[in-house]
Amino acid sequence: MTAFLLRNISQRLILLVFISIIAHSVVHLAPGDPSLVDPSNPRMKPEDIARIRAAFHLDDPLYAQYAYWMRDLFTGQLKSFKDNQPVLGKIWDRFLNSLPLFLVTTLITWCIAFPFGVQAALKRGSLLDKGGTLLSYTLISFPGFFLAYICIILVVKVFDVPVIGISTFGLEDAGPWFQTMDRIWHLTIPALIFASGSIAVLSRYVRSQMLEVIHMDYIRTARAKGLSEEVVIYKHGLRNALLPFITMFGLLIPSLIGGSVIIETIFSWPGLGRLGFEAILNRDFPVILTLNFITAILTLIGTFVSDILYAVADPRIKLQ
Amino acid sequence: MELAEQSGGTLTEQELSPIREKWNVFRKNRSAVFSLWFLIFLFVLSIAAILLTQYSAPFDPATVRLSEKFLPPMTPFTSDLVKPEDAPPFDIYLLGTDELGRDVFSRMLEGTPVSLTIGFVAVGISVSVGILLGGLAGFYGRIRLGLITVDTLIMRFVDIMLCFPTFFLILTVVALLPPSIYNIMIVIGLTSWMGTARLVRAEFLSLREQDYVMAARSQAIPEMRIIFQHIVPNAIAPVLVSATIGVASAILTESALSFLGFGVQPPDATWGNILSDGKGYIFDAPWLTFMPGFTILFVVLAFNLCGEGLREAYNPKLRKQR
Repeated sequence: MTAFLLRNISQRLILLVFISIIAHSVVHLAPGDPSLVDPSNPRMKPEDIARIRAAFHLDDPLYAQYAYWMRDLFTGQLKSFKDNQPVLGKIWDRFLNSLPLFLVTTLITWCIAFPFGVQAALKRGSLLDKGGTLLSYTLISFPGFFLAYICIILVVKVFDVPVIGISTFGLEDAGPWFQTMDRIWHLTIPALIFASGSIAVLSRYVRSQMLEVIHMDYIRTARAKGLSEEVVIYKHGLRNALLPFITMFGLLIPSLIGGSVIIETIFSWPGLGRLGFEAILNRDFPVILTLNFITAILTLIGTFVSDILYAVADPRIKLQ
Repeated sequence: MELAEQSGGTLTEQELSPIREKWNVFRKNRSAVFSLWFLIFLFVLSIAAILLTQYSAPFDPATVRLSEKFLPPMTPFTSDLVKPEDAPPFDIYLLGTDELGRDVFSRMLEGTPVSLTIGFVAVGISVSVGILLGGLAGFYGRIRLGLITVDTLIMRFVDIMLCFPTFFLILTVVALLPPSIYNIMIVIGLTSWMGTARLVRAEFLSLREQDYVMAARSQAIPEMRIIFQHIVPNAIAPVLVSATIGVASAILTESALSFLGFGVQPPDATWGNILSDGKGYIFDAPWLTFMPGFTILFVVLAFNLCGEGLREAYNPKLRKQR
């Protein structure tokens, strides 16, 4: 067990080093650097550009820049190119904004996808199943930004509810109850749209897993023992159908952060995705790289935890 | 040959050729067949669109008619201010006009081949890279390069690529590179091959132990020939099925990039950037948003349904379940 953990952790650390090297070279080898963001600005003289490049170590060889990045990152000294703020602080602030969005999205996804997928599998061929299949294909195929626009128009016109931003401007003096409701309204619409695609994918997957499981011999055995249908489906069936979903935990993180770029941009949500988008526009290399690095760390931790959980949940798997 | 003759006699289902059998399964899925016809129609349309938008004056998507701004769909052409040779096709604005009085129908036509090309080339790149790396890992996986085997090397690289937030990575590279349709295809292709590689590796691992591969080896057939003539054709079916769905997601990614302003640059039109230009006028001219939006939706939906039909036809396990 300990040997397994140690080997697994060391493998992931090696992966992390390679990820950071690849990300660093992709960003730095691509043409266009921070000094070129505003080339038409007449106040930028060649000396200024040279000074900027020197200050950001942009004239040093790549491996030296990588070393500087790593050193600054781990001593917490890493500063953004754009406003000279500490990168880790910036990311932490935005992460706190994104966290409720991610949590609510995941919660909505799981609360809808699992019951729906199970029901669709049990009532195979029914109207619910067929309608659900068509609906989930439509949701998968819907361009997220287009869905967002339709929803914004609909919600603002019909329900008269605020949707843009994280809270309504000028409500700072309102009562706590009013502020909470305002926050919740702002959170619901983006989270629903963010969740729509993954609800569709996940419920299809739950359905096919469940279909596979209910044809197994042990389900027939459970029925033959005279167990009630609820126990057969939810205790013997669902628990086995859920096993593969443990491994999906870790790989959810990159798609959450990557997918939030569009949703957060449309809804002016000051979260991680928008931070990344702004950093890309400004060619703010430290922010881009660190965001990527942190995503990779979170993903590796996620897959590590799900590997262990999988072994705990499924006694057939032995950690070696 | 003898075996075939022995089992012959009565005309049973087993005698149908494999393609024929799969087609029979596919045909039963009505939405998939409908999607297939829709996609065939779309290909014909996009070939026609290339010819029409380049060589026929009424279909020119770049014709600007400033007196004809924001006309709703199905408005007949009656203006005296616009030269008669600038009239839209069939003297009617089928899908209305945009903020410069350009005919949206012609612009959508111009975007059709562009969007389809991006989808297919991106998937072509990702499938080629996936087959190459997956095949190497599956066939030559046991060869050691110094400390690690080829298989470990390639599969760890797949793990690395899976840790990147894909859309964020695509956005970074596309934003830093000069905007061009080729960069978009290449970047989408190079960031989406991991699933194919895993699939091909699994297929190769099981196929290389098959008897017919052993038979081919015993006849001293060169290794490259074994791989490309004997193994790849048997491993390709699931790859092609997932590629169909890959085209759908590539079209979606391109439209999202165009929406953020990093996609195909004006004056060239794609569905994504017509929508992105039109979103500012969503209350005055909703057709500028809804036409491209629903077009993207239906095309992507058709690819997805078609892919699902193919998956069902090629996977006997799924067939039994339905």
